[in-house]
Amino acid sequence: MKLEGQVRIPSGCAIAAVISKEGNTMSGERVADAMKPMHDRSNGLGGGFAGYGIYPAYKDFYALHMFFDERSTRKNCEIFLKERFEIVKSEIIPTRKIPAITDEPIIWRYFVAPLQSVLANLQLDEKEFVARTVMKINTEMNGAYVFSSGKNMGTFKAVGFPEDVALFYKLEEYAGYSWTAHGRYPTNTPGWWGGAHPFALLDYSIVHNGEISSYDANRRFIEMFGYKCTLQTDTEVITYIMDYLVRIQGLTLDEAASVIAAPFWSTIEDKTDIEDKEKHIYLRTLFPSLLITGPFSIVLGFNGGLMALNDRLKLRSMVVGEKDDKVFIASEEAAIRMMEPDATGIWAPAGGEPVIVKVKDGAY
Amino acid sequence: MTLKTHIGDEKIALLPFFISKSIEKSLEVRYNIMVIDARSLDYKALNDTLRKSEKDCSIVGCCGQRFIAAGMSQKDITIQGIPGNALGAYLNGACITVNGSVQDAVGDTMNAGKIIVHGNIGDAAGYAMRGGRIFVKGNAGYRAGIHMKAYNEKMPVMVIGGTAGSFLGEYQAGGVIVVLGLSAPDKKIVGYFPCTGMHGGKMFLRSDCSNVKFPDQVTARAAGAADLEELKTYIAEYCDLFGYDIQTVLAAPFTVVTPDSRNPYKQMYVAN
Repeated sequence: MKLEGQVRIPSGCAIAAVISKEGNTMSGERVADAMKPMHDRSNGLGGGFAGYGIYPAYKDFYALHMFFDERSTRKNCEIFLKERFEIVKSEIIPTRKIPAITDEPIIWRYFVAPLQSVLANLQLDEKEFVARTVMKINTEMNGAYVFSSGKNMGTFKAVGFPEDVALFYKLEEYAGYSWTAHGRYPTNTPGWWGGAHPFALLDYSIVHNGEISSYDANRRFIEMFGYKCTLQTDTEVITYIMDYLVRIQGLTLDEAASVIAAPFWSTIEDKTDIEDKEKHIYLRTLFPSLLITGPFSIVLGFNGGLMALNDRLKLRSMVVGEKDDKVFIASEEAAIRMMEPDATGIWAPAGGEPVIVKVKDGAY
Repeated sequence: MTLKTHIGDEKIALLPFFISKSIEKSLEVRYNIMVIDARSLDYKALNDTLRKSEKDCSIVGCCGQRFIAAGMSQKDITIQGIPGNALGAYLNGACITVNGSVQDAVGDTMNAGKIIVHGNIGDAAGYAMRGGRIFVKGNAGYRAGIHMKAYNEKMPVMVIGGTAGSFLGEYQAGGVIVVLGLSAPDKKIVGYFPCTGMHGGKMFLRSDCSNVKFPDQVTARAAGAADLEELKTYIAEYCDLFGYDIQTVLAAPFTVVTPDSRNPYKQMYVAN
């Protein structure tokens, strides 16, 4: 086999997303189509999707999507889960056998509600309890990984090209008001099932094109707060940072974006809006270890919305377009045209400029 | 040249992403060109077809195929749809017209020829180009003209009709970059950190640039009469292509930026 260097592998990860501001649902096929013209950005070592609003019948329950290496791991994990949750439904995630996707682990999902008695005993709120349980399983239970743990949302990921991953998980059978997608070209970490994007915790999910230079500084900081980076790749830490800043610290998405893609000090210095200037000084001073350096374009999914963001130097491409109730985001305009040939107002957000799209209240 | 504009304006510009076989045929006969339907072609197949053609080509239904016309020396090529990254990379004399926007790295390391874009361009346009011309009706993304250079008779020119993103002309070593800000007169003509590391070449910005911060190692000054005469040679064709009156375009303050060799570039990224 020829390695990169002997042969040119033209790639660099691909992301795409679509959301209906009216909360209208669409199947996962649409965002999967967006990945087709960007095929060469991935190399078949990871593809994945996040869908929001896909489990309306179980919307009050946390949907745990899990990989298991073998049956006994699953059995042991279920014993563990039953001590902490009421499991209202447990099933294999339906997949389609296709030649392009091989060596799949056991892929299962559970719809669960934390046991009130356990919550009372631990004096934790529900979300914190679920987050801690996910961390516990992922660090302590060999061969078991929770890769999705939000309500009325789910991620689907595998080793393969994203178009094939969509086929594998039968995404045409799900209907969601928002979707994100990722095609992976791993640079210096292994291409394995857990390492495919999105990376999710509770209802936050991240798809990421790029490479975080500040990974270890970010990881050391965030692990002080109970998060554990276990998935052998940099992107995971962004998910935990967003959960920490938004859920735990109560920052707005806009403020969180100013933390992870903070402007240069010289840019802050030149700001004429004093309030804005002070805000940036405050955020950079308070969370210096959460500045993410190195190239990234990301889409953060959450219940009721999406946020797209580039690193402050804009070392990765990202464009946004619109049509009717829908907003489209992708690494390339071609991908947006694939989802919606008539999309208008195509624009490229500046580095560090978040694009936040929310579904109108009550529509999700 | 006329042929291209002809097709661009008269016929295909009005059509959606793809055209029917019968229209395709009639265009081929009428203009003596080859029409390539890119819908089922990957970048390699598309480029192979382009190379094999002995006529000028019109690509329709383009959606993300990369490296179109890379290294090509001849032919006029028009494109409907969205060409992929590195359009016209290493271009060596061919002329490409895109009736829409293009993605990243258009004209990467271009040596000669012309690229005309009727929409916007993505990031890193004209990366290390050392010859030829790029004319863009709309806006440019980040890092347009990064490491542009000149060599003997090779003098690359990039004219951006709208505004440019941050790091315009980063590490520019030669050639000419012109930004006109025509599409959005109220918008800042260039983003943050223009000319970082610039050590050669020249930049013309159609603005007094009072709101633009340049690095210490360049000199930014108001354009004089001689500068405007020089500028005319770069933008005459641009105005022709996109239907602007050159006098109107020139009737605004211009800033000329050149490197200051007494105070060379030191660093940007280390002390953040």
